[in-house]
Amino acid sequence: MGVETALGESAFTTTLDEVLNWGRKNSMWPFTYGTACCGIEVMGLMSSAFDLSRFGAEMVRFSPRQADLLLVAGTITYKQAPILKEIYDQMPEPKWVIAMGACASSGGFYDDYCTVQGIDEIIPVDVYIAGCPPRPEAVMEAVMKLQNDVIGKDSVLKRA
Amino acid sequence: MKAADDKKMTAAAEPELTGTVPGPEDFYQDLHTDLMFLNYGPSHPATHGTLRSLLALDGETIVSAVGEIGYLHRGFEKSVEHKTYNKVIPYTDRLNYCSAILNNIGYTKAVERMLDIEIPDRTKFIRVIVGELSRMIDHLVCIGPQFVDMGALTNLWYVFNEREKVYDVLDKLTGARLTNSYCRVGGLYRDFYDGCEKDILQVVKGIEDAIGEVEKLTAKNRIVIDRTVGICPVSAEDAISYGFTGPTLRASGVNYDIRKAQPYYYYDTFDWEVPVGTQGDTWDRIYVRFYEIRESAKIIRQAIKNLPGGPIWTEDKRVKLPEKQDTYQNIEGLINHFKLIFEGTRVPAGEIYDASEAANGELGFYITSDGSGYPYRVRVRPPCFMNFAAFPEIIEGFMIADATVTLGSLNIIAGELDR
Amino acid sequence: MSEMSPVLTKLKQRFPGDVVSTSSWRGDDTAVIKREAITRVLEFCKNDPDLAFNFLMDLSAVDYLTYPKAQPARFAVAYHLYSLSKNQRVRLKVFANANEEIETACPLWKSANWMEREVYDQYGLTFKNHPNLKRILNHQEFVGHPLRKDYPMRKRQPLGSVDSLMDEMEKRLKAKGLRY
Repeated sequence: MGVETALGESAFTTTLDEVLNWGRKNSMWPFTYGTACCGIEVMGLMSSAFDLSRFGAEMVRFSPRQADLLLVAGTITYKQAPILKEIYDQMPEPKWVIAMGACASSGGFYDDYCTVQGIDEIIPVDVYIAGCPPRPEAVMEAVMKLQNDVIGKDSVLKRA
Repeated sequence: MKAADDKKMTAAAEPELTGTVPGPEDFYQDLHTDLMFLNYGPSHPATHGTLRSLLALDGETIVSAVGEIGYLHRGFEKSVEHKTYNKVIPYTDRLNYCSAILNNIGYTKAVERMLDIEIPDRTKFIRVIVGELSRMIDHLVCIGPQFVDMGALTNLWYVFNEREKVYDVLDKLTGARLTNSYCRVGGLYRDFYDGCEKDILQVVKGIEDAIGEVEKLTAKNRIVIDRTVGICPVSAEDAISYGFTGPTLRASGVNYDIRKAQPYYYYDTFDWEVPVGTQGDTWDRIYVRFYEIRESAKIIRQAIKNLPGGPIWTEDKRVKLPEKQDTYQNIEGLINHFKLIFEGTRVPAGEIYDASEAANGELGFYITSDGSGYPYRVRVRPPCFMNFAAFPEIIEGFMIADATVTLGSLNIIAGELDR
Repeated sequence: MSEMSPVLTKLKQRFPGDVVSTSSWRGDDTAVIKREAITRVLEFCKNDPDLAFNFLMDLSAVDYLTYPKAQPARFAVAYHLYSLSKNQRVRLKVFANANEEIETACPLWKSANWMEREVYDQYGLTFKNHPNLKRILNHQEFVGHPLRKDYPMRKRQPLGSVDSLMDEMEKRLKAKGLRY
């Protein structure tokens, strides 16, 4: 309070947690793991009509090292599973995962010998999106949900 | 091997002492070191999905390549053996998900031929119109990201804006943006809504304008020309041997389009041309699609102009669901409805191979029926499969950057490739 | 069928002992060929000026294990040929059991390579003299052949490690006379 009275409106105080989370919330860098139809919808999501950059998440990174949001868009097969796991492991903390669409969430209608019945068999998932494929608006909602989630996190203490 | 290299190096170095300047050949000779192996995919931004190639590199030049697929093998052919004929349609959507309706058409056309059903003219025309619209957006999805791979991002926005408008129309017509499931065996899910023709003509005009802009921006662009002309050419003979069909085959100069060769749905009555390339290089494979979009627009305009009225369903009771009124108030109607939904349409025993021109080439359905309501075996002949089988061979001798552009021009859709 | 199509007539005339049967249904011509004779029939189809089947459009298989009508063998491999100049199609079928080998079509068409691999992967049928007969759609640790009718639809097989592809690469480098 002392600083704010002395410097007026030119400064404000907060907690480190809040600043970090505020930054994280508004600058999520997604790694689009687009494998199938949902990947095509992600292209629509990033393009001008829907424009995910309004939520600060337009910096699509294709290196897991630079991303903090894994957007799994499409069917994951058993042949693909080790690769997805490796990419998730390569992402630095803190990281979040969105399972986009029925296939990524539950295997969808591919209930057969080669499809993983939901990516949560391999990696933890924060938000599931229904739809085959989900509309871009649904993905936006998922990103917004995740942003609310990020705000409440106690990130500094967790680190220590 | 190491010792031999050393000897070569000293031999090359000696003339320098006596005053001769080493030429560029000597310089590059020294650069030739051991081969480096690079995994290109399966999770790589330029592989558009889940394709993998292992490249053996000498510097940046690919001396040898092998491909691997199957990362999106989700068991289409096994799954559909457990579904009735109509329930297969949503699965076909997810083969080539950029132009779902063309897959619907290919599949329903095959089953209708097995049943020996003639569908009404209005249905045929609507299938032509919506199918060609799908072909246009499929080509847009090829063209847009293709130029992104070359660093020309603006073009993506130009074509994707129009693509979104098409999706709005398809959304209104079929209820889904991407995976439409619009066709049924013997008919369509629903008729055009009021004003649909006008909407379609408008989006078609929009697409034509957009690709006009893109062509203006790219066709005379030095970078685009340098990166595509003469890159990874496929001769006509090779293209046939590889089993190429569709735009990739026509880029190599072979005039084969099923819509002309074995016309279905009155394609032979429309006035349109088959664009054909000359060299089969990446340039031809990209720009043949521009011309195809324009030809599709021509077909759509003619089809809308001549769109006949009448029903969209065949009267054949083997496939047509009874009217809702009959289902609820009439025991025969109820039984008919029940049997069609639960047991499926009984297709006579036999086998058929039916081909239609999808966006990437010949989409064949080889269906074996045992006389029940469930297909005994459905084999899809995916056009992408043949294109990607050739990919490792045609990129050899070129550079990694060329491989990226070539892969884009082949337009591999993983859902169709791996099924 | 009262009148046989010219393609089938020609095949029957040229290979009286090798063409087991012919049929036409809904406009599709089918000729069943003896397993041992498939290469020479395919070669004839490709090179004969009257047939000129220059495309191998499709190569796939069917498992007749639960098919109601008895068939000569459990599996059938179907070759779909297309002729660009004559604008005609034909289907050649070869019946085989799981332990019987079929001669590869790779020397005739490059497209046969991956399609035969797929048939091997999905049905377990082997092609003699195929340059690289290994799994293509399913992963390397997969056991069994999923499109066989006796493979349970939901029998899932997780994968431990990804194929390095170096075996294929070595073959290819060797063919080019390169070392690494």
